[in-house]
Amino acid sequence: MDAIIEGLEKALQLIVSGDPEVLNISARSLLVSGTATLLAAAVSLPLGLAIGVRSFRGKRIVRGVFNALLGIPTVALGVILYLFFSRSGPLGFLHLMYTTLGIALGQAVLITPIAVSFITSAIESVDPEIRHLARTLGAGETEASFAVLRESASGVALAIIASFNRAVAELGIALMIGGNIRGLTRVLTTAIAIETGRGELALGIALAIILLLLVTAVTIVTSVVGRRR
Amino acid sequence: MNPVSLLETRDLVKRYDDVVALDGVNLEIEQGDFLALVGPNGSGKTTLLRIIAAIEPSTSGEIYYRGKIVEGSEMLRRATTMVFQKAVVFSRSVYDNVAYGLRLRKMSKAEVDSRVGEALRQVELDGFERRNARKLSGGEQQRVSLARAIALDVELLLLDEPTANLDPRSSAIMERIISWINREGGATIVLATHNLLQAGNFGGKLALLMNGKLTQVGGADQLLRSLVGPMWRFAGHENIFLGEAVPEGDGTALISLQDDLKLVAVTPRKGKVVAQVRPEDIIVSLAPISSSARNVLRGKVIGITDQESSVMVRVDAGKEFVVRITHKSFREMSLTLGTSVYLIFKASAVEVV
Repeated sequence: MDAIIEGLEKALQLIVSGDPEVLNISARSLLVSGTATLLAAAVSLPLGLAIGVRSFRGKRIVRGVFNALLGIPTVALGVILYLFFSRSGPLGFLHLMYTTLGIALGQAVLITPIAVSFITSAIESVDPEIRHLARTLGAGETEASFAVLRESASGVALAIIASFNRAVAELGIALMIGGNIRGLTRVLTTAIAIETGRGELALGIALAIILLLLVTAVTIVTSVVGRRR
Repeated sequence: MNPVSLLETRDLVKRYDDVVALDGVNLEIEQGDFLALVGPNGSGKTTLLRIIAAIEPSTSGEIYYRGKIVEGSEMLRRATTMVFQKAVVFSRSVYDNVAYGLRLRKMSKAEVDSRVGEALRQVELDGFERRNARKLSGGEQQRVSLARAIALDVELLLLDEPTANLDPRSSAIMERIISWINREGGATIVLATHNLLQAGNFGGKLALLMNGKLTQVGGADQLLRSLVGPMWRFAGHENIFLGEAVPEGDGTALISLQDDLKLVAVTPRKGKVVAQVRPEDIIVSLAPISSSARNVLRGKVIGITDQESSVMVRVDAGKEFVVRITHKSFREMSLTLGTSVYLIFKASAVEVV
């Protein structure tokens, strides 16, 4: 019990004092998972819009595949990406192993199904007549799709938040692709796991608190902004 | 083909799997026409409008606009717009809703401001600009829909039962504006409705759609009078009578349905008319009562139908009348077949076309 209280005290000290190591790791986590979320959004928005708005043969299968990928274990995906990114793998020439870009790409792969699935649901929940309405008012295909996207803005925002939170909180990919190299690829989750394992309980707790704060803050800010709109 | 036709459909067919929604529709609409597309639910009215509005493709057939075949949908898109039966509004401000189509047409801010303001004034929603359209009542939302359509000042306006399920005030405002934009604004209007009286009140042309087929097209007044009977009942019209109206000079007219049966109605019309009395507007009484109602008819109960929320009583009073009363009234009056009753209704309850 003492160890926990001591750990908490030290953790708060590390946070309040603005410990460079803690700041560094937090900023890297934010950057890596932020990049992953942007990459996933760039793919998922048009994809989710297309699946949500259009009716085509095999739509249910496509939706089923993305839904099935929602629960993919990060360690399993980490192994697969490791095989692709490692020097002898098909993407080895890109030298993505042990880089933050490698982690970001891996996380993007992880969260794209989440984003696609949630965005598709948000689009599908919009009254189909909205699209028709836009068309009858003179909108082209693209403009009408934007009108639908705008109607589903809060659902889409939720999809993006959920994706970011999944990325920033995952461990498997960050560990296997990034390797937890201090000052280079160490992010919040890898640092928490390694530091706690090494007995650096205070640092582990401090980083865990920051991770929780980060996830909560992103959710709150997005929902407040969403409500204002 | 008539060279001046604004829009013409040729052999328009629409199938949904095995269901034929439109079965070879040939329709010509001239510039400035007011065409009421009348038919029961499921007759294909909405489908026809949606195909003309290019929301849905037809299975086969052609559409010509100003004599040119419409391929794809872009040509008609800027020349027409549609108001849906169920009000559809963007989850934005009323202003943004009405401005949407104007902005797509790249109009200047000043032009957009002016057109939005004018359209909202017409539908009596000025001052509502900043309100979220989704938070308005159904009737107000439908008026936003109409404002959004008229702001575009299109050549062809498609209206799909725009006043169905609206409150009387919104309905009256909508009908007044629809008439106005046709008569004064010169817009060509196609209005789908299952309400024959509404179609008659707008005047203009009338096209009857039954099971996906156009069965009759003609002047509304003439066609309506030729249709008294089962046709009127398709949309729940009861108590429809053909008669001869003679004005009484005080804004009312005496309508002779037959020698010994006359109704007093508030109407300026004279000559052949169609009169309707809604079943819920008629009072049933076992004895004559002293009241301001101008119509008192004597008859016998010839049919009783129990419906969930009320009882429909059929009364032979020279012509057959259907009256809707509550279960409680029905029990208290102990009505049975053959009971002698009086039917009482106001002159203003008689709608005349």
